[in-house]
Amino acid sequence: MSTTTTRGVAQPAPAKASPARPRRGLRGNPTFNFWLFTGPFLVGLAIFVFVPIFWSIWLSFFDARFTVTPSKFIGFDNYKSMLTNSNFTGSLVTFTVFAALIVPLTWALSLGLALLVHRLRFMRAFFRSVFFLPTAVSYVAAALIWKMSIFTGVRFGLMNTVLGWFGVENIAYLSDPNPPWYWLVIVTVRLWLQAGFYMILFLAALQNIPAELYEAAAIDGAKPGWQTFRYITLPQLRATSTAVILLLLVAAYQAFDEFFNIISIKATWGQTPLMVLYKTALGDNQDYGAGSAGAVILTVLICAVTLLQGKFMGFGRGEDSK
Amino acid sequence: MTTTAPQVGKEPGKKRGDVLGNAGLYIAVSVAALLFLLPFYLILRNSLSTDPEITGENWKLLPSFQWGNISELFDDPTVDFARSMWNSMVIAVSMTVGTLLICSLAGYGLARIPYKHANKVFYAVLATLMVPTAVTFVPSFVLVSSLGWIDTYRGLIIPGLFSGFTCFLFRQYFLGFPKELEEAARVDGLGYWGAYWRIVVPNSLNFFAAMATITFISGWNAFLWPLVIGQDPSSWTVQVALSSFMTNQTVNFHLIFMATAISILPLVFVFLFLQRWLVQGIAQTGIKG
Repeated sequence: MSTTTTRGVAQPAPAKASPARPRRGLRGNPTFNFWLFTGPFLVGLAIFVFVPIFWSIWLSFFDARFTVTPSKFIGFDNYKSMLTNSNFTGSLVTFTVFAALIVPLTWALSLGLALLVHRLRFMRAFFRSVFFLPTAVSYVAAALIWKMSIFTGVRFGLMNTVLGWFGVENIAYLSDPNPPWYWLVIVTVRLWLQAGFYMILFLAALQNIPAELYEAAAIDGAKPGWQTFRYITLPQLRATSTAVILLLLVAAYQAFDEFFNIISIKATWGQTPLMVLYKTALGDNQDYGAGSAGAVILTVLICAVTLLQGKFMGFGRGEDSK
Repeated sequence: MTTTAPQVGKEPGKKRGDVLGNAGLYIAVSVAALLFLLPFYLILRNSLSTDPEITGENWKLLPSFQWGNISELFDDPTVDFARSMWNSMVIAVSMTVGTLLICSLAGYGLARIPYKHANKVFYAVLATLMVPTAVTFVPSFVLVSSLGWIDTYRGLIIPGLFSGFTCFLFRQYFLGFPKELEEAARVDGLGYWGAYWRIVVPNSLNFFAAMATITFISGWNAFLWPLVIGQDPSSWTVQVALSSFMTNQTVNFHLIFMATAISILPLVFVFLFLQRWLVQGIAQTGIKG
């Protein structure tokens, strides 16, 4: 700060001539500067984002096995084959189950942690750091701990050790999808990794709720606890909740890392949409056409879900204001 | 960072119920904290144990502190772990520097430089946010492979530099940057470029630190893209190497966990030192994003 202000003061003389300056040369020319600032980004965006998107839309209409410059136009056949591919439709079911579990659980846990931390007076920063720390850990590392230490199907796994104290038999969490114990592993690992991040969002929102609201409620006789939570805190957190749920949904949609490492792409169950795309486009068949068609379908779906959710939460807001 | 809530605990009117409530609160938060720290404990314990200790029937709380596991991991001829750590460091650092440079300039241009088509450009950037980056890995792979960038740093780094989301966050931030500071700079005869580097950036270091932390963490932890692009073991990042350990039966438990511990270590340091800015940054931008 101090250096910048002194620098400003140090050059007062040229300021006198400033009215003429912006017109002098390119330095003050807005159009030139706009492209100077945004040019590198836009060129990169065009090459590495727009080109792939349009290329893949183009590829999705061609028979593109082992080639990215196909010549055989096949119309919507790739779309048909993806939508009738039981692996692909099955992966959409996997995503739906996963989202139905992880979105509400993360929402509730991160909100719960935020409410706890918000009420702390001592060691607040410490506890916030503890809950936030898993954000630094990669999905791969966490998957490794979950798979090889906590939910190992044999006796030395932590979970089975603890259950063993209560006389429970060893559970094979990951080798058998019946009953689907693998969801316990998959959901808890993501819960641990991401709850702290969303807790920070909720904490920031909690700090922005005006204290007068609670004071007014106390005067009106509302009991602190459930009543103030239900009628003040929760409605005040509505915007944050909407954003958090949307972020969680989009993240669940793109789930890959922990499924890949915990369940592996060789399994016939628990495959997410991205894993199916990975196998289709980069597996033995290298079917870029079908893989691209799958990517287009997924993109359309996620956009639809996003818009629907915005609409749904929007309606909710309308009801509240009545 | 301090609470706005009054220090009611010190007030004379508050009685036993409050003390009990506080005790309950601290017990609940401590139990939750222990559960959150448990995986870190497991990594440390296992990484400093011998294999029989890890797989033994009797649960041992403390390891026998096998510090030799570290050198054993780096001397292991079957996996070049040092190389994968180096790759991850090169990639995460270059991605952080590159993304910050490119996206902050673009964000500033979109937020502050008057240009009649600026809105159209901004909508084009916004449109890319609708397409989840992970879904585009198939077409991106197609592009990168036809450029011949498989197994190269270029292929691992460059496609990730042009993040519409980061550009968007910078734009939102610069919209709230005090205009008076820039106007003073303009009066002093600085052009847009000079004002940006001499006034705007030095006064935005908090926000840059937050974005740097986020970018570094996501660069270090990225898995899908390095998995797709780094096909030869010499171009593996540490995440891809860890993943291969899980399926590779020849690697031992204690080495796997030591590798995990070492892979997490740089991030925990980055995280602990930069957490303040990170929290601020998320609080500022996360909700809008």
